[in-house]
Amino acid sequence: MDAFTPISAAVGGLLIGAGAVLLLLGNGRIMGVSGILEALLKGDRTLWRVGFMVGMLIPGVVAALVVGVPLGQSGMSVPLLIGAGLLVGFGSRMGSGCTSGHGICGLARFSKRSLVATLVFFSATAATVFVMRHMLVGGNL
Amino acid sequence: MRGMICSVAAGVLFGSGLIVAGMTSPAKVLGFFDFAGAWDPSLAVVMAVGLFTATVGYRLAQRRVAPCWASSYVLPERTEIDRRLMIGSAIFGLGWGLVGYCPGPALVAGAAGALDAGIFASAMIGGMLVWRMVERTLEIRAVQA
Repeated sequence: MDAFTPISAAVGGLLIGAGAVLLLLGNGRIMGVSGILEALLKGDRTLWRVGFMVGMLIPGVVAALVVGVPLGQSGMSVPLLIGAGLLVGFGSRMGSGCTSGHGICGLARFSKRSLVATLVFFSATAATVFVMRHMLVGGNL
Repeated sequence: MRGMICSVAAGVLFGSGLIVAGMTSPAKVLGFFDFAGAWDPSLAVVMAVGLFTATVGYRLAQRRVAPCWASSYVLPERTEIDRRLMIGSAIFGLGWGLVGYCPGPALVAGAAGALDAGIFASAMIGGMLVWRMVERTLEIRAVQA
């Protein structure tokens, strides 16, 4: 339990929720990152989508400049990064949403679809972590 | 223009939230999912507070007839719980558990200069394009059938 950081988790959660509320209140839109990214990839240049994407990347750039160290390295091998990235991109679109769209916004609207999706991907993630950390010798590829 | 500023602000809130919450750190995220190891409940707090904020905020926001800077609310209308939803979500979870990045944090950490996240996000974009091709093929088959 040494790693438990309830204060920063709560503040972060509040900011994430506030972002979702502001996007609905101001633009009437659901804050689903995978859906927004896919639309941009299709060539959609709707202002709210472009604006949201630029906005969400700004804190990352600022953090890198201020803190000076890259944040969030995984330490995983390149083949694993590529394989997992392909699965996340493919799966999040096949399932019409990811942690933000289904896990926050969908559940906030009491969507049964989002509830099922969220339960499925949280379970699949936990199962994968269990296999990787406790069943495979060495832990990662 | 004000709508654009609003969406940028929403993005800044979201991106900051991911960083503050530790969602951009794969080790932190995987620590939450490692129930059989040294379990770190932080992500449960992130989700609980985020969801509570969004639930209350959505109810208040939708008291308005329309959003502040758009003509109407655009909400998902599908309700069917089908194989596509479940298989897709399972594949997403598999990928999330392998490395610890979900789409938002991968993009934010990539923008923050994490090479890992940049590689992951590039592959993720590739995965989205692959799904588009599969979806098109399925649609063509459905039309022909």
